[in-house]
Amino acid sequence: MKQLKSFIKKEFYHIFRDVRTMLILFGIPITQLLIFGTVIKNEISNVPVAIYDQSKDDVSLELSAKILSSGYFQLNENLGSIAGIDEIFREGTVKQVIIFENDFGEKLQREGVANVQLIADASDPNMARLVTSYTTGIINDYITKMHPNLQMPLRIKPEVRMYFNEEMKSAYQFVPGTMALILMLVSALMTSISITREKETGTMEVLLASPLRPVQIIVGKVLPYLLLSVANAFVIVFIGRLVFGVPVAGSFILLMLETILFITMALCLGILISTIAKTQLVAMFISLIALMLPTIILSGFIFPIENMPTVLQWFSHIMPARYFITIIRAIMLKGVGILFIWKETLILLGMTLLFISISVKKFKVRLE
Amino acid sequence: MIKINNISKSYKATQALKEISLEIQKGELHGLIGPDGAGKTTLMRILMTLLLPDSGNAQMGGLDVVKEYRKIRRKTGYMPGRFSLYQDLSVEENLRFFASVFGTTLEENYDLIREIYHQIEPFKKRRAGDLSGGMKQKLALSCALIHRPQILILDEPTTGVDAVSRQEFWEMLKKLQEKEITILVSTPYMDEANLCDRVALIQNGQLLEVDSPSNITSRFPGKIIKVRSDNMHRLIADLRRFKKAESAFAFGQYVHFTGTDNKVEPSELEIYLAGCNHENIEAEYIEPDIEDVFMKLMSTDKEKVVGEGERQEKE
Amino acid sequence: MEKIIEVNDMVKQFGSFIANDHLTFDVYKGEIFGFLGANGAGKTTAIRILCGLSAPTSGDVKVAGFDIYRETEKVKKNIGYMSQKFSLYEDLTVSENIRFYGGIYGIPKKERKKKETELLQKLEMEEARDKLIVGLPLGWKQKLAFSVAILHQPKIVFLDEPTGGVDPITRRRFWDLIYEASADGITVFVTTHYMDEAEYCNRVSIMDEGKIEALDTPAALKQTYNSANMDEVFIQIARKPEAKKQ
Repeated sequence: MKQLKSFIKKEFYHIFRDVRTMLILFGIPITQLLIFGTVIKNEISNVPVAIYDQSKDDVSLELSAKILSSGYFQLNENLGSIAGIDEIFREGTVKQVIIFENDFGEKLQREGVANVQLIADASDPNMARLVTSYTTGIINDYITKMHPNLQMPLRIKPEVRMYFNEEMKSAYQFVPGTMALILMLVSALMTSISITREKETGTMEVLLASPLRPVQIIVGKVLPYLLLSVANAFVIVFIGRLVFGVPVAGSFILLMLETILFITMALCLGILISTIAKTQLVAMFISLIALMLPTIILSGFIFPIENMPTVLQWFSHIMPARYFITIIRAIMLKGVGILFIWKETLILLGMTLLFISISVKKFKVRLE
Repeated sequence: MIKINNISKSYKATQALKEISLEIQKGELHGLIGPDGAGKTTLMRILMTLLLPDSGNAQMGGLDVVKEYRKIRRKTGYMPGRFSLYQDLSVEENLRFFASVFGTTLEENYDLIREIYHQIEPFKKRRAGDLSGGMKQKLALSCALIHRPQILILDEPTTGVDAVSRQEFWEMLKKLQEKEITILVSTPYMDEANLCDRVALIQNGQLLEVDSPSNITSRFPGKIIKVRSDNMHRLIADLRRFKKAESAFAFGQYVHFTGTDNKVEPSELEIYLAGCNHENIEAEYIEPDIEDVFMKLMSTDKEKVVGEGERQEKE
Repeated sequence: MEKIIEVNDMVKQFGSFIANDHLTFDVYKGEIFGFLGANGAGKTTAIRILCGLSAPTSGDVKVAGFDIYRETEKVKKNIGYMSQKFSLYEDLTVSENIRFYGGIYGIPKKERKKKETELLQKLEMEEARDKLIVGLPLGWKQKLAFSVAILHQPKIVFLDEPTGGVDPITRRRFWDLIYEASADGITVFVTTHYMDEAEYCNRVSIMDEGKIEALDTPAALKQTYNSANMDEVFIQIARKPEAKKQ
């Protein structure tokens, strides 16, 4: 135990004394998240919309005027019936249709709740997300400003519907996706590099010639990076929340437990890489090319798995990140509990155990 | 203490060790002397249980290097060929780390390393990477000793180190020997042979000779004449042209000359060289040293030496 | 005698650390000059300056007749350099290496071919012409590296521990080449940890803590320091308490 403790201490010295390691550990995740975030998040202005107002009362008209005068939207058409919606989306002339229900003002007055439906063209998912969230924002703003003194909270319930892409596959996904990518990369890359570095500098020879057991070396390498990666995950969730407004709808503790599982899996993968690679360069190449690219492309992070060719879909089943993305999306966005994600969790657990056992087995007690 | 029995080891096409057998007594300071690629590192790694021999067996303190590798690792200290400490850790951090790896503490074994560590202790906060060559070597030796090993295996500890640090290092080894630690040390510097109790001369994976330095030199078959004149380069060339010359090699300011038989007299050489217009000629018999022996032994199987690829000793 | 290296009051400072502390020395044409010193005494720094790889903080330095500050390119054309670590491309053949170095020093193609043949003949390496460097014995590599370093007939060649780790016979054969180059008028500037090799030099300088503490012929040094060999001379000069050096 004392051996392990001092091994871990040594690892922390390495990490904190190397500027490059610190940069990869903390600089890259944050910049990557911000880049992904801002690329997806952009300002909107004069987006063409159509309005189908079924009540045409004071409240709905006032609200319409407020939305249209915000500068973000521009009225393209006032619809007379719901039938035209499909048509105008196909034409692509408007990005959003706003539908006020019957007796909008009256319902609001009487029941405190009124429904407005926002239908967006989600063939461009990011745009759709922005457009609906802007509209929602304006509606909420209207309520609070119009009736500041009301005791009973009035609610207009915007009901958002995505056209063409019902579930809005990539919106909000960049945070879960980036988290998976970053944790995968940082964990696997850093462990494989730190082990191959010891091979390159010759210190591994001394460690091997000592009574340290392979398990001790592996655990000693994994634990520090596990701690740092968990810290990283915190930062990502925090930035996602603060900068991009991505909520954690479900249990935060469950989210973190799943994250730790995923990180452990990635760390074991890193150790596995280091048993194959002899130099830091090779380790880096394997980590980047064999892990990062498939994680981006095949995990459903950017491209929906459903749209992939069958062979690639099959491949995506062996991508650990795929399961992790499903899990955190479910926890963060849908707010579900373990009951809905136990299958994915089990798969990750299985992968972790597999990688650990292969690593321990493949970790050589000698030089060749 | 160390017993090597018919060990052979190959890397792909090259045979690094050819049926090596060697015994080293307890408390002995034993040298393993030979050039790069002779097989020194391979042999030491096999003893350190880091490589498996292809055939043959070896024991360290009675423990088998293949089966009982874990026990051996606990009892031996090892300094690999290149500086293998953590450059980004300080002197003290390195030492404490290696102490704990072996389940001990710096304080517990301080008396053993005191004399060595004492010299670098003023810099214990300094990163190992910032130390001078001589100090790195002292730190590495301290780390190898921190668990009180019975056997110490040092792979070319003095290579690339200046003459002063080398001398200090050998003084340290002598002191360790007094503490009954068995030491096997390899070196490419022939002059260090005389500092060992016994030496094994190694070349191309084979032991040329194993004995005490004085026994080895006393068995030298021929006679050596040391020669000098004002022009070294011409002197070597002229000596090699001499009809009874076997070899003529520079040794410091002299040339060591051996004749094809033992009947070549120094005076004969003086006359010959004077005829070649050399000035300030000196020639006299001298006792051979290890380097003479090594060269003699090498040249007897020189055909083998030339033309063989360099051994991929270091992977 | 023609001076090939003229160093006058050269200082090289890294921050507050003085690596070369007012060095002054000359090296003459055809001389074999031994440049000795303990690890960290400042040898490498000085050699870098003399090869035009770094500029001194102050002082006058001329190499092969050219000013080290203003005529760096000319200096580089007139020197050869060989170190233990890097010299030949391991994944190229013997012939490719020779052609490469001939090429970068601007030797005309026809002449290059002739030189290549001559060189391989001299080294008795004709059969190895198309073999990769990586498979050659260390001794061969070193001889080839040296020959390549003087292929363009430089005025001076710098050898940084050229004989580390080779067997005693190969080491001496290597010195045969050095003598030969020196006899051809090429100045040889060599560092080594083998003190017996210091004896082969015409003159030897010994550096310690950034200063040249001694510079003379081996015989004169041995007399001055009342020593039997260069090993003792060196140790007398460089052996000081480690603590003082830091």
